[in-house]
Amino acid sequence: MVFAVVLILLVIGSVLFHFLSPWYLTPLASNWSTIDDTLGLTLWITGILFVVINLFLAYCVIKFRYNKDKRAHYEPENKKLEIWLTVGTAIGVAAMLTPGLYVWADFVNPPKDADVFEIVGKQWSWKYRFPGDDGILGSVDTRHITSDNPFGMNSDDPNGQDDVLISSGEVHLPIDRPVKLLMRSDDVLHDFAVAEFRVKMDMVPGMVTQMWFTPTKLGEYDVLCEELCGVGHYNMRGLVVVDEENDFKTWLNTYPTYAQTLSGEGAAAATEGLSLVEQGRELSKLYACTACHSIDGSTGIGPTWQGLFGKTETLADGTTVVVDADYLKESILNPNAKMVEGYQPLMPPTVVTDEELDALIAYIKEGLVEKSE
Amino acid sequence: MSTIAHDADDFVAPAEIPEMELYHPKTWLGKYVFSQDAKVIAIQYAVTAMGIGFIALVMSMLMRLQLGFPDSFDFINPSVYIQLVTMHGMIMVIYLLTALFLGGFGNYLIPLMVGARDMVFPYLNMLSFWMYFLAVVVLVASFFVPGGPTGAGWTLYPPQAILQGTPGAEWGIVLMLVSLAIFIVGFTMGGLNYVVTVLQARTRGMTLMRMPLTVWGIFMATVLALLAFPALLVSAIMMLFDMLLGTSFFMPAIVSMGQPLDHTGGNPILFQHLFWFFGHPEVYIVALPAFGIVSDLLSVNARKNIFGYRMMVWAIIIIGALSFVVWAHHMYVSGMNPNFGFFFATTTLIIAVPTAIKVYNWVLTLWRGNIRLNVPMLFAIGFIFTFINGGLTGLFLGNVTIDLPLSDTMFVVAHFHMVMAVSPVLVVFGAIYHWYPKITGRMMDETLGRWHFWITFVGTYAIYYPMHYLGFLGVPRRYYSIEGTNFIPESAMSLNAGISIAAFIVGAAQLIFIYNLFISYSRGKEAGGNPWEATTLEWQTADTPPKHGNFGKSLPLVYRWAYDYSVPGAEKDFIPQNVPPSSVEKGTDETNQ
Repeated sequence: MVFAVVLILLVIGSVLFHFLSPWYLTPLASNWSTIDDTLGLTLWITGILFVVINLFLAYCVIKFRYNKDKRAHYEPENKKLEIWLTVGTAIGVAAMLTPGLYVWADFVNPPKDADVFEIVGKQWSWKYRFPGDDGILGSVDTRHITSDNPFGMNSDDPNGQDDVLISSGEVHLPIDRPVKLLMRSDDVLHDFAVAEFRVKMDMVPGMVTQMWFTPTKLGEYDVLCEELCGVGHYNMRGLVVVDEENDFKTWLNTYPTYAQTLSGEGAAAATEGLSLVEQGRELSKLYACTACHSIDGSTGIGPTWQGLFGKTETLADGTTVVVDADYLKESILNPNAKMVEGYQPLMPPTVVTDEELDALIAYIKEGLVEKSE
Repeated sequence: MSTIAHDADDFVAPAEIPEMELYHPKTWLGKYVFSQDAKVIAIQYAVTAMGIGFIALVMSMLMRLQLGFPDSFDFINPSVYIQLVTMHGMIMVIYLLTALFLGGFGNYLIPLMVGARDMVFPYLNMLSFWMYFLAVVVLVASFFVPGGPTGAGWTLYPPQAILQGTPGAEWGIVLMLVSLAIFIVGFTMGGLNYVVTVLQARTRGMTLMRMPLTVWGIFMATVLALLAFPALLVSAIMMLFDMLLGTSFFMPAIVSMGQPLDHTGGNPILFQHLFWFFGHPEVYIVALPAFGIVSDLLSVNARKNIFGYRMMVWAIIIIGALSFVVWAHHMYVSGMNPNFGFFFATTTLIIAVPTAIKVYNWVLTLWRGNIRLNVPMLFAIGFIFTFINGGLTGLFLGNVTIDLPLSDTMFVVAHFHMVMAVSPVLVVFGAIYHWYPKITGRMMDETLGRWHFWITFVGTYAIYYPMHYLGFLGVPRRYYSIEGTNFIPESAMSLNAGISIAAFIVGAAQLIFIYNLFISYSRGKEAGGNPWEATTLEWQTADTPPKHGNFGKSLPLVYRWAYDYSVPGAEKDFIPQNVPPSSVEKGTDETNQ
């Protein structure tokens, strides 16, 4: 009897939890209401089955509990009932599957007029590329990747000259325009996921994957990597900002084209007019330093920057070093030269200008002092 | 009703092959360590599996510490966290569940239930266990090498599994792959044994359609494993080659941590196809034995035949066959050709039909039964509830469209724990409470068993049911920390803390079970030969626990199926399989028909 009551309470509790709990799908911000509808339909069908079967189970446990003077009913098979149940189940399954397949057909066929842009994942940051005025993305090759050419652009391809290169975790998109995402990875598997857009897709080194959606709500949305990509996986975050068309264009114009980066107008554009410390903060986001180095003292993949400057660190070989400007400079340009004890050699050498180096060091030295207090 | 029982016959066909000769060990080592007796091997498998499984349980507790109370425990850093995630998953799926169901229950129950004296290849059977043991040793060794065990996730996806940036990329992954290879070799020895024993060594009268569903479940799972594990073996070998010899099976041109690598032309998705070609059947390698065992627990304790036996057998076979054509539903958003989605969503949802039939038949077995709510039965009914929940959420993830928002979130974690962690483990517990009296001759303590059941059953539901809602929200899996997002509200962190507390209670409750296992061994009530009044052959042995050779002087003859409970007209409410129809006393009470 107790058991049956517990079963009934679990069923009631589950249903109440569903309707009363504050946790459910985030508000939709894309065209994919059909995904939510399919999910909702499945939830209703499976929810009803869950309640009916379990209540029947509880009923059996009460009604047919042991009585030593009684015998169980002897009925090895009941063909009619079994066929009836099989057919009913098959119909329920078809009712859930069919709309699912229709929506999937939409998903795998992006609209012809969709705007194309590219997302590239690398451990543990995102970068984006827009095709520029010609509407065509230039060709790329992983083998062309250097710290001067982080996208691996093919310098001979005229289509690539006007591509806009965004080495930043933040990307803007115009509202109500369908976008087709071409997705690449430099190193391992990643997955570009925005909860409010509903769709996600892995990024696979060696190939280009794709998906599409239409942003339908202005706002800022978190990008998470959702395919395990190493120790920094949980920190591989980004941001999608959905803008009005004009704001989007203004934003896009602040980034250099490939041709401009070749002529030396690099990332500096984004940091113009800021103080040295502020520049350093912007650069730390640009180069995704903070994916591994926390600025609030919390445990990360690399040493935290909070209170780092002036600290005495023990190195892997047992010697100690005082963290000063020279040590930071060396560690940015050649990270594996003097490794702090207990950390793995994971940081890629970063090619930065002397000005950028000064800005980063200023940020590490001064920019984090206030926060630590 | 004219016939006294379903499929019962006084005639037993003569044996086609003579009884085999038993190997008799001469030394203590030969009897208890390098034993060739399937029952001893079964216990060796079970103890090893539960030992390593306990370590994986502790690892899950550490993960819950981090998820529930982030930033509180310094020793769990991002590296350690994904190492815990990886090793917990791999150990639970392969080294605990697969080994326990097939090596443990398979070895103990197959010969006893089909009426054989032992497995047909006892020496190979002994080797099988020691290979498994070696695989566990190599696995454990990976905790002590520089860099620690691999943190690539239990799916071990390349390229990251073998690259800098993933913990254990130096030694851990190598030991993991080598351990898996050894495991597979060992399993193949055991697996061939189980299959051949079921096909060739059944006693006279034990036709395939008279076998208990426990044997059917373990048999079919073994067939699946023999066909599926080779895919894992080749992928492990290819990954070792990519890593150690510089080949490029799974490795395209890559720039890793700023350094271009020498690989070119490989395909990471190829590994995923191979992995899941193994990995999906693996789900059923764990589930089918559970399906079979739970059918028998329900039937015995409902004092009623399993409803729709033939349908149940066919459902096991059909599920087994279909499980080989659904693998890419783990890869809907992997970047494979998206048109695969149509095919794999369809096959995946078709598999729901035979699975649903099994659920209906379990429930219908209880219907109009005479239900004894002893500890094994509590676990069996608990399984039905949990499995219904886990099975239904599979319809979300299997339906390719709905997988888009839910893939790689906590919804997936909640689903697969419900369906292939909690459900099979409830059956494992039920089965241990059920067969412990046969294995040791003593009953397990009933009161401790009930405490263990209630905390485990309600506790696991409190862990995993709310977790689905974190998934709806979009909380990703395998995340060391979810702090710093806009869409995950503060309340989700409180929910995580609550889930963790439930997990600690469930984890601690397992100590009750372990205590019960030990205490009952010396102090349990004497069980007698057939304490549950069951029909199957293992309860009809001359000795309890059964001696080497299982059945005393002569093998039992089988006259009927395994489910003659509450047969109208029979004196008792069960008729063992080895009782001929002519010796069943016809009672006068026919009112129950």
